[in-house]
Amino acid sequence: MIRGTQQLIIAQLLSLLLTAPSYGGPTADGALKKGFIQCGVNTGLAGFAQPDSRGEWRGIDVDLCRAVAAALFGDAKKIRYTPLTAQQRFTALQSGEVDILSRNTTWTFARDAGLGLNFVGVNFYDGQGFMVTKKRNVKSARQLDGAAICVQPGTTTELNLADYFRASKMKFKPVVIEKLEEVLNAYFAGRCDVYTTDISGLIAARVSRAAVAGDHVILPEIISKEPFGPAVRHGDDHWFDIVRWTLFAMIEAEELGITSKNVDQQAQNANPVMQRFLGAKGDFGKMLKLDNRWAFNVIKQVGNYGETFERHLTPLGVDRGINNLWNKGGLMYAPPLR
Amino acid sequence: MARRLDTRQRAVLCQILLLVALCTAGWYFLTNVVDNLLSRRIASGFGFLWREAGFEIGESTLLSASAADSYLKALTVGLLNTFRVALLASTFATLIGGTLGLARLAPNWLLAKIAAGYVELLRNIPLVVQLFFWYAVITESLPAPAEALNPLPGFYLSNRGLAVPIIVTLLPLQIEHPTLNAFNFSGGVVLSPEFTALFLGLALYTAAFIGEIVRAGILAVDRGQYEAAQAQGLSQGQIMRLIILPQALRLIVPPLTSQYLNCIKNSSLAVAIGYPDLVSIANTVINQTGQAIEGVAIIMLVYLTISLTISAAMNFYNRRIALRGART
Repeated sequence: MIRGTQQLIIAQLLSLLLTAPSYGGPTADGALKKGFIQCGVNTGLAGFAQPDSRGEWRGIDVDLCRAVAAALFGDAKKIRYTPLTAQQRFTALQSGEVDILSRNTTWTFARDAGLGLNFVGVNFYDGQGFMVTKKRNVKSARQLDGAAICVQPGTTTELNLADYFRASKMKFKPVVIEKLEEVLNAYFAGRCDVYTTDISGLIAARVSRAAVAGDHVILPEIISKEPFGPAVRHGDDHWFDIVRWTLFAMIEAEELGITSKNVDQQAQNANPVMQRFLGAKGDFGKMLKLDNRWAFNVIKQVGNYGETFERHLTPLGVDRGINNLWNKGGLMYAPPLR
Repeated sequence: MARRLDTRQRAVLCQILLLVALCTAGWYFLTNVVDNLLSRRIASGFGFLWREAGFEIGESTLLSASAADSYLKALTVGLLNTFRVALLASTFATLIGGTLGLARLAPNWLLAKIAAGYVELLRNIPLVVQLFFWYAVITESLPAPAEALNPLPGFYLSNRGLAVPIIVTLLPLQIEHPTLNAFNFSGGVVLSPEFTALFLGLALYTAAFIGEIVRAGILAVDRGQYEAAQAQGLSQGQIMRLIILPQALRLIVPPLTSQYLNCIKNSSLAVAIGYPDLVSIANTVINQTGQAIEGVAIIMLVYLTISLTISAAMNFYNRRIALRGART
């Protein structure tokens, strides 16, 4: 009996010796060990993820990754980017090449259920539309029978397009090119009559690529729901929680009126909601196995959701629209941080 | 004697051990993959091939597929598109390459230099760059369908490709002419810009290599053969046709096989300019289903089968023309 107990204790001691100390799930541990988060982003989509003139990645998808880095390390710079095409993105996440996929990726049933990944929430509500040159004089997508349509492969866009034309009993010629750069070249060279993608993408293309933005019109029909969200691998709930609540913290901060500019003052605020949120009281950080000031770091270094929207999307001419807060007529709603 | 046997036994033992190690490693990787797929609940297996594809394919050869057809049919359409472009490109590359090889050896200085310049230019620029070039030339420089060039009656050249009339029935002769509707030409046959760019790029690029192979083959024929033929009073054309080329062919065929294999494998660069070949369709399928391992396995298997078939056919042809008793 005594011998058995001794063996048990020795075994427990050995297992303590042999297993590395753990902060939480394998993804957060791995990131802490290597010292950065690997973030999968778009190869270049204005407003979402695009390198600026100094080579710094900018966009709301990039800001989400920076926010997670701020939450985990207290430093939004501890991040490396992997630009991914639509076709590479899921494999990159599944294989562990990236820790987060933050790449204007539509949350769908089949992806969530069949690809071994989990969407943590929505950071942009979009919908698919069509853009044509003004001189075509097209007023509605119903007039597009027989058109050549430029589209990127491996996207929900490609499937919605086929569905829409099948349902409307119209025909079209797809011109399917993988790289965004090349597909836009084809559209602006006149290889296609129509370019289809999510409205935000159409606006970005029109602003950044058209010689005269007014020469291209976006048709009124929106043929799909495209909620974009960051995704993580199945099987690491701790990491899932960190990314999800980082996103919620950014949305909640906007609702509470906490911005990167006033976060220092707000931290002094006696309001218990603020104190809990910014980590002056309570132990929300510990529950996520993070620093107690994780949300403070996110807002201080990256900003709230509205700030990142205004920084990257407003200059392109994208309205807040349904991406406004729930109490301002939009869909952005974070569960309470309490 | 005993020692030699020992060495042999050792060798056999080594081979067996190596085989066991390889199999174990293979088994380990396979089970590891299956475990990982299961634990992350990633779908696996080839059942998806019979599901509805849901995407349209821009152009097709012989067999066409709509969004309502299966992934399997979509992949077949891609494969046929690969065959179409690779077959046509190989044929034209052989014709152009043969001409180039002869031209580089021609006594005419200008002709030889032009051929040499062509070869150096084309084979030293990466193929994918050439594809972008041809695609840009076609889409940027040609007019919109409404202002299409009309070089021959019924032929229309625009940035949507070349539309040509097609014979529907021979007796009575019925010809379908392309007509312009709201956006594009319909009716007739349309050679798309994607196909044309890929075809041009592949054919011209491969031709540069074939030209060098032909030239090397001809130069390798002993000079004595040429002189002997001249002494017999044969004309230049006869010497080439009857004496030099049949001998050169033996040297040309093996490297030519590699060029055909390269041509079909290079056709997978279609992805860059949006021609729906096998790889392009398979990539889309992988992305829509998330089943990368199965998709890549299909691509590898198909290319391997095609390449081995071409190799076998060319080896058969090579054996027929090779010198009897020569080592091939």
